[in-house]
Amino acid sequence: MDTQTSAQVGTNSKSLNPIQLRDQLEQLARGAGINQWDLGASCSTDTSVQVDRGEAKQMKGAQRSAITVRVWNGDGLVGVTSTSDLSGPGLAKALEGARDASAFGNADETPAFSPLATAPLATLEQPIHRPQSILDLLATLKDAERQLLDRHQAIGTVPYNGLAQRSSERLYLNSDGACRHQQLTTASLYLYARAEETGRKPRSGGAVRLAYGASDLDIAGCIDEAAERTIAHLDYAPIDTGHYTCVFSPEAFLDLVGAFSSLFNARAILDGVSLSSRESLGEQLAAPFLSIHDNGLNPGNVGASAFDGEGTPTKPLALLEGGVIQHFLHSEATARAFGVSPTGHAGMGSKVSVGPDWFEISATPGSDGGQQGLNHLGAASPLVLIESLSALHAGVKASQGSFSLPFDGWLIQNGQRRSIEAATVAGDIRTLLKGLVGFEGPAKVTPDGLCPHVWVDGLSITGEA
Amino acid sequence: MVLSPLAGGFDTTWRSRLESLLSSGRGSGADLVEVFLERTDHIGLLAEQDTITSVSPAFGMGAGIRVFRGDRDGFVSTNDLSDAGLLHALEQALGMLGLAPIASAVGSFEGLKDLRDFGASKTDWLQRCPEIQEATGTLLEGTAALERHGHHLQARRGSYARDWQEVLAAASDGTFARDIRLHQSLGLNVLAADGDHRAGLGRRYGTSGRPDDLRQWDADGSAQEVCSSAGTMLYADYVEAGQMPAVLANRFGGVIFHEACGHLLETTQVERGTTPFADKVGDLIAHEAVTAIDEGLSDGAFGSLCMDDEGMEPQRTVLIENGVLKRFLSDRAGELRTGHARTGSGHRQGHSFAAASRMRNTFIAAGPHSPDELIASVDQGLYCKSMGGGSVGPTGQFNFAVEEGYLIEDGKLTKPVKGATLIGEAKEVMPRISMCANDLELAAGFCGSVSGSIFVTVGQPHIKVDSITVGGR
Repeated sequence: MDTQTSAQVGTNSKSLNPIQLRDQLEQLARGAGINQWDLGASCSTDTSVQVDRGEAKQMKGAQRSAITVRVWNGDGLVGVTSTSDLSGPGLAKALEGARDASAFGNADETPAFSPLATAPLATLEQPIHRPQSILDLLATLKDAERQLLDRHQAIGTVPYNGLAQRSSERLYLNSDGACRHQQLTTASLYLYARAEETGRKPRSGGAVRLAYGASDLDIAGCIDEAAERTIAHLDYAPIDTGHYTCVFSPEAFLDLVGAFSSLFNARAILDGVSLSSRESLGEQLAAPFLSIHDNGLNPGNVGASAFDGEGTPTKPLALLEGGVIQHFLHSEATARAFGVSPTGHAGMGSKVSVGPDWFEISATPGSDGGQQGLNHLGAASPLVLIESLSALHAGVKASQGSFSLPFDGWLIQNGQRRSIEAATVAGDIRTLLKGLVGFEGPAKVTPDGLCPHVWVDGLSITGEA
Repeated sequence: MVLSPLAGGFDTTWRSRLESLLSSGRGSGADLVEVFLERTDHIGLLAEQDTITSVSPAFGMGAGIRVFRGDRDGFVSTNDLSDAGLLHALEQALGMLGLAPIASAVGSFEGLKDLRDFGASKTDWLQRCPEIQEATGTLLEGTAALERHGHHLQARRGSYARDWQEVLAAASDGTFARDIRLHQSLGLNVLAADGDHRAGLGRRYGTSGRPDDLRQWDADGSAQEVCSSAGTMLYADYVEAGQMPAVLANRFGGVIFHEACGHLLETTQVERGTTPFADKVGDLIAHEAVTAIDEGLSDGAFGSLCMDDEGMEPQRTVLIENGVLKRFLSDRAGELRTGHARTGSGHRQGHSFAAASRMRNTFIAAGPHSPDELIASVDQGLYCKSMGGGSVGPTGQFNFAVEEGYLIEDGKLTKPVKGATLIGEAKEVMPRISMCANDLELAAGFCGSVSGSIFVTVGQPHIKVDSITVGGR
């Protein structure tokens, strides 16, 4: 009997049961006199391995479950509670907690159900993979580590590495009958090597790969990229402090745009912490050939969600076209405040967060695309190739527009590239976006989006020379 | 029998359940089995301008089971605290090490020792904390004080978080300990804007084990401090980049030691081969002016603990004494793999992370000088009054941001400057900390690393770094 009362309702060890969970909540809500509620739930099973010079370093497994319940009280105010306890008593306590919290709901801005919470969802091509045994994952990672160590005698360790797989489910339900459910499997591999030559400083480099299952991971490509990046940085030199033309790798430029995504975030605009305002739609923010779209449905976005935290379908959205701001990212509440439709970028809470999905950065069709024929290895004057940025959490002041960030990269002169010992790049995002020179090469698919190499004029580089 | 854990906490019925689990693990061939149980109760509040815009309660529970064999380990976490759920997790952890669970196995496990209950006197902590009504009122006092003291404020925010945690650590070496922890933190942030000038600044305050802390908060004084800094920085120029001496203020200035050196003295880094100090115990690795300490004992400090997450009481660990490396911070796995004795530093964000060696309250000890003497010793340099976050990479390169800086010219503070990022390498910067002042103070912070985000304290007196790379424009 005890087992029955505290058994996981709506779940078993492997999956959520939307119907059972909805029925349970309806019953609990009726009993508590709650007429309007919604719920976001997730559960996942993860396994991961790390290795250290041919031996297993750590093997991990996790079964996680989590729900967030929102309740609207008689005055229309919203309260929320989250828990990892999906037992019957846990759900009852969550509902009770949300109802209590609703007494402190914000009367000036009350979330509502998304009008699109029952709209059709896009069909995602996301094959479901059976998980591999953890010992198979271990064997795969040991082999990958060995191959990477064998690439160069200076590579002594791969201190940061991991092979992980996840099987997960997400659910959105509301008392108006919305029911969203998504299953997903993903796998990831990361390899960050450390190399050191006698009398020289240690250097590091790495690579990441994502796929829908461990068997689909591009392991050879990950080893190649990690080795190439690590070895290329062995021959380093300090750089003189000054202003340089910079070429951002796709990963680095996407990181920078992501760090300043409050430019396009309606929540940040309403809160007064964005550089943009309500009136910024139609404003020339960047060079007239820059397009930035948010498109979580791009097939390159491994692990895409078909709906957001409020059940709104994910969809492509033009943020910048020809350098001009076209749209903002919205939740239900911000969309209502702006008189538009939700865009599928909401989280879930009493104050709903808004965030980007996956960026597509390219030249605007019909524009001149900026300077043509750019090739950093053929550049006449010195330029800096920024491979990756660090410490974005500390060095980006999104509400001020400024950044000052350590980076890994190369100084390129006369067709030769040499790794930079240690340096920072600093500037203002609006000046940077308006100062784009053009694009180089084809767009690359990365975990954060799609982007080519991007040239920018006159950024401040601080080196140790 | 399955208990509903949230109803009654980790009561005495857990002893037999855990002993059965640990015995089963040992009997299946594990050298050591460790179980970490957790219940949490969190509330987060946000005030914007003069309105409470978010009240976010959360509660949870879970277990982390770790199995050691030789120097290898397998770790499994679960939200399912039923007998079946825990046994399933144990079997998975055993399987990771190639061990087959043996039904009714009885290994060489002598049972759990008497419970060391650090939580016995803390059972009323949660009830003694302010109710939501009181907490929201205090938070609104803070944002109102920002309005009174600030100029050109475009946004005012106050945030409050209360994290309550009950933990039970049990292991097949007999370890059996329970604790209740309480952390509260308050933040005030403003964004000031005047034409093209913008400055965003904030301060966070945090304590542990003080249910009445929010009631003691000086909202007006905190708001004055934030507004004063924002007003100064609003019209500040960007710092000019280069190599220069720097004086770092006390309190959160301690982030330089935390990032530049502290992480490299965790056995986690020794295991990975990513610390340059692995074989340097007894060597001079810093200037003789530097003595650095990590401890978990300071009353009320954010990083203090009565026991670590492996059931061990924390210690006061002298890391560096007069420039000489003395100790590393070690946890159970660190001791097993590196030989450095445990220091009560095994810490984790929660049950879904395996414990790792982590810093607690970490600071550079006070020196003989006054802060003015440090500033007076610099001809041209940077004074870092307030620091932002930072990080350290796999080769020991560290960085951190300066929130509020001033130029030092001819031994005196002159113009405010912004946009500075300090970078360097531990091996190079530690010998350059040449002067320490006599005004040691601590500051609360959060540290994210291999075992998740944890509550820590950083600290130092004013210190002088003879030369450091200042990134700017």
